[in-house]
Amino acid sequence: MAWFVRSKQNIEDAKPAYMPDGLWTKCPTCGEMIYKKQLEENYYVCYKCNYHFRISGFDYINYIIDENTFKETHTQIKSTDPLHFEDTKKYPDRLEEAYKKTSLNEAVTTGIGKVNGKEISVAVMNFNFIGGSMGSVVGEKIFRAAKDALQKKIPFLIISASGGARMQEAALSLMQMPKTAAIIAELGNNQIPYISLLTDPTTGGVTASFAMLGDINIAEPGALIGFAGPRVIEQTIRKKLPQNFQRTETVIETGFIDLIVSRQNLKEQLFKIINWFS
Amino acid sequence: MQIFDFEKPIIELEQKLEEIRSLTGTIDMSKEVKEFEGKILDLKHNIYNNLTRWQKVQIARHPDRPYSLDYFTNIFEDFTELHGDRKFADDKAIIGGFAKLENHSVMVVGQQKGRSTKDNLYRNFGMSNPDGYRKAARLFKLAEKFNKPIITFIDTPGAFPGIEAEERGQAEAIATNMMLMSDLKVPIIVVIIGEGASGGAIGIGVGDRILMFQFAWYSVISPESCSSILWRSWDFKEQAAEALKLSADDLIQFNIIDRIIPEPVGGAHKNQDEMFKILKPILIQELNELLKIKPDKLVKQRKEKFYKMGVWEE
Repeated sequence: MAWFVRSKQNIEDAKPAYMPDGLWTKCPTCGEMIYKKQLEENYYVCYKCNYHFRISGFDYINYIIDENTFKETHTQIKSTDPLHFEDTKKYPDRLEEAYKKTSLNEAVTTGIGKVNGKEISVAVMNFNFIGGSMGSVVGEKIFRAAKDALQKKIPFLIISASGGARMQEAALSLMQMPKTAAIIAELGNNQIPYISLLTDPTTGGVTASFAMLGDINIAEPGALIGFAGPRVIEQTIRKKLPQNFQRTETVIETGFIDLIVSRQNLKEQLFKIINWFS
Repeated sequence: MQIFDFEKPIIELEQKLEEIRSLTGTIDMSKEVKEFEGKILDLKHNIYNNLTRWQKVQIARHPDRPYSLDYFTNIFEDFTELHGDRKFADDKAIIGGFAKLENHSVMVVGQQKGRSTKDNLYRNFGMSNPDGYRKAARLFKLAEKFNKPIITFIDTPGAFPGIEAEERGQAEAIATNMMLMSDLKVPIIVVIIGEGASGGAIGIGVGDRILMFQFAWYSVISPESCSSILWRSWDFKEQAAEALKLSADDLIQFNIIDRIIPEPVGGAHKNQDEMFKILKPILIQELNELLKIKPDKLVKQRKEKFYKMGVWEE
């Protein structure tokens, strides 16, 4: 026997937030080597252990919105650098990098599309765009997508994937929390259904605003869902966190999630929910 | 009293002044005394009007600064504390209750820090669990039911990041409060009296008028945590404070706050009574203005105010 023993197999923090190139991909949870095409066909879900790989906003749109019905909206809204924020990098440089890396224009994509023929307004976050962080543009686009739902009297869906507020916009980011919470209150006052889907990870100011405010809160299996990040909690209480803490399966037991839905069944389940409201 | 490094030149001059004063029995030093007093005044003016953002953060955390409870008992009459969220617990870091401001019945809610170590442990350093936000929500609804205005006092280093806080839904509690506050049909005045850290602050921070103390700070993250995340070290808190533009002078430019409350020279901790005297008439005036507005219009204006927040181009 070796003189050291690995105490934990499959350390979850090691999950990559990107899809490696090549023909084969290793599942970060069960270690299974998966043929990439097979993974694609299975909605980027490990067929062996049901691990949900992180995917981009447009992947979700492809999975749940009927073909050729999606119309992207509010693409003209762009981030600026109102605080002239500079840490180890300038904020405009970070933005520039994110545009190049992701070919996206922000950490959220909004639009109108149909789910099995039913029109909805949708906002889907992109974790690979500066950690899916919420700045003024994310807040404003979500606000406008909610307004679209209100005007067209159609359900509103937000798919969250975010580390929280965008630090480079400081208090302006913080204000996106009450801004989005207030427009969701308005949806409720007008009987417009709002469905929140929480994916891996949904933390910080996004969880503490629109992500937790759904008429229905849905979560993908295994997603990290919480207010404070695990490391911050460990530093504060000086203890190791229990296994699966802040994971979907734990969060549903504490009462904050209505249901867990695997990506393969997402469209069907969403349709059932939308249909119930109509 | 805790003295900051940047205040040392003032203390030195004040000590010299004392020395001169002690000589006045033997020789006439009145001219020198006057000269020194003038110098000290100039120096104070110079130092306190040119504080860096990090220095303001330090003042905002001064342990002798008045806390929510000090305002509840010194500005208002007949404060009656109301405990518990009627769900799970009575959080000690967010407190509230009935109070009278002139002839108005109001609901006051605020974050409460402790002064001694023992007191701070009791108050959890002003870091609320979800139960605190839910107690606040209960009190807000009670106020709305009887058509009484709400005044909240923000002073927190953040919502508590703990296991139980997560299990009981810290995020949901904060989110629900913001949604609730955006819809309440009574006037809400928010006063940021010390530290306004992130979700912990905004969880009781949605209102018609947002007032902020001259030396308070308000942002999405504390300078220390910002430093540790963006610089990957705790040593860049001064730079982080500058970058975050977390002072009242900064935030008023972005319409995040509506009004800056001046503090006594050197900060509220230098003269608590003066601080109470400054704040009280301002609260009365703000409240009287808000009471003139019809509830529906009030809610609409409040929402519009938050809808406009943010900076982008298109």
